[in-house]
Amino acid sequence: MARSSQSGYGGWQVVIGLETHAQLSTASKIFSGASTAFGAEPNTQASVVDLALPGVLPVLNRGAVERAIRFGLAVGATIAPRSVFARKNYFYPDLPKGYQISQYEIPVVQGGSLSCIVEGRGFEPYAKTVRLTRAHLEEDAGKSLHEDYSGMSGIDLNRAGTPLLEIVTEPDIQVDDIERAASEAVAYARALHSLVTWLGICDGNMQEGSFRCDANVSVRRPGASLGTRCEIKNLNSFRFMHQAIVYEAKRQIDLIESGDVVVQETRLYDPDRDETRSMRSKEDAMDYRYFPDPDLLPLEIDAAWIERVRADLPELPAAMRTRFVEAHGLSDYDAGLLTADAATARYFEAVVAALPPGQAKLAANWINGDVAAAVNAAGGSIIGCPVSAAQLAGLLARVVDGTINQKGAKEVFSALWAGEGASPDALIESRGLRQISDAGALEGIVDAVLAANPKSVEEFRAGKEKAFNALVGQVMKQSRGKANPQQVNDILRAKLAG
Amino acid sequence: MSLRQEDVQRIAHLARLAITDEEAARTLAQLNDIFRMIERMRAVDTQGVEPMSHPLGGAQRLRADAVTDIPDRERNLANAPARQDGLFLVPRVLE
Repeated sequence: MARSSQSGYGGWQVVIGLETHAQLSTASKIFSGASTAFGAEPNTQASVVDLALPGVLPVLNRGAVERAIRFGLAVGATIAPRSVFARKNYFYPDLPKGYQISQYEIPVVQGGSLSCIVEGRGFEPYAKTVRLTRAHLEEDAGKSLHEDYSGMSGIDLNRAGTPLLEIVTEPDIQVDDIERAASEAVAYARALHSLVTWLGICDGNMQEGSFRCDANVSVRRPGASLGTRCEIKNLNSFRFMHQAIVYEAKRQIDLIESGDVVVQETRLYDPDRDETRSMRSKEDAMDYRYFPDPDLLPLEIDAAWIERVRADLPELPAAMRTRFVEAHGLSDYDAGLLTADAATARYFEAVVAALPPGQAKLAANWINGDVAAAVNAAGGSIIGCPVSAAQLAGLLARVVDGTINQKGAKEVFSALWAGEGASPDALIESRGLRQISDAGALEGIVDAVLAANPKSVEEFRAGKEKAFNALVGQVMKQSRGKANPQQVNDILRAKLAG
Repeated sequence: MSLRQEDVQRIAHLARLAITDEEAARTLAQLNDIFRMIERMRAVDTQGVEPMSHPLGGAQRLRADAVTDIPDRERNLANAPARQDGLFLVPRVLE
């Protein structure tokens, strides 16, 4: 880019709207009885309907509709009592019918909104609400493989007909700062990802393409009418999404400032080169010639069905976050981390339920600290955490009742993680981690440390608080980490004062 | 509203139909006839009439979400002009 500094892009507003394709977690396809399982041998899950053989007809999957309703209710949208499927016509080898069945004029989910917390460098976190335009049901296309097959392209139609919910926002991200605009887009996408996985309607696996975001980005002078937008595709991680938006906004500003114009087009983000490049220009812009699909009657959803789905909705992340703050006295930040995904929230609730009252903060610190660090280092999720909620609760109960200190608890946690034992109590005994709370024993150690460190004692008496910490450290060392730190403090203070 | 011959060629291109100028001229006349009919229909007052998206009444029947179809790949690939490793092969496409 021509300019390196962020300040060089002042005086411009970035406007972003997002379109997300969430693959719905049904067992079978949206219009056929073939499996949707990921990773099968090519074309083993492409049925005659997915292959568009002559004479076949689509039959809509109730499970896909139910997931769309679930989503709509969770974002406070209107569930259309009657919606219509349409054909979106274009030619591509991985689209056997020559059209994609989608919804156009009357989508199943209309309106709604999603709130998120925007975080980033250089500003305090703040809340943002993005309005949704719609969410509609459609089928996915197959996959084209461009590796060399004797100079030809390979087509795998396993993914053809997989149900998608396309979730479209209003251009509600309008920010006079490029970094912050990208942060808002990412915050929305993360909140949406969290919601669809929370609701169990999508597995959220971005690497496998289960959750794909496209960003419509334009720039304008504040107060001016909307600029020409470009659609950026291939944003298959939140980090790439941020980078792509920053790159694209700068590219558009550079173009306009050098007297050029932005051309409406679809651009692909290339993470290896950190740039977007043109995918389809305006010349061959698509004209999809939508029309109602005569193979499918209108989709009707009655109030009773909507109410059944509503009754089955789980507590939503935002409500649970508020509850954690109010009922457990957690910080909003801690509560936000714990409700970032359903598995973590369930884990936290199970640990808290097994602990004495009033220990939620301890549980939160451990789950957001040691547990999260270990899970991240292993590259997994809390679902596969080798330390169960019951084991963590058993361990933390020993911290609460003073059997072990935090240092000992960390050692037991590591041992549980590594599978060196299953019972926290047995590990505490076998490793001799029971902390020394016996006043007599501790006083003996303290006396020995004071005698061996006259210099530190002198420094402390001269007003150096640091010297006190050094003495505590020595006592902990002599006790091989097992001394009760609070008691050591008290005894040391008493002896030094005396 | 009436179409021009370029419109016919553009629509033909979108549908990947190669048509001669003579065919385009004939199609143009036919399409314009259809548009004239639509113009006459537009004169009818449809205030308060719900748009019809399907000629049959009723609603879409739904099926349960269950895997009921195990495709026979061998049979489905049998008619493909070219295949390799279980894939259909097509002339090279690049975005």
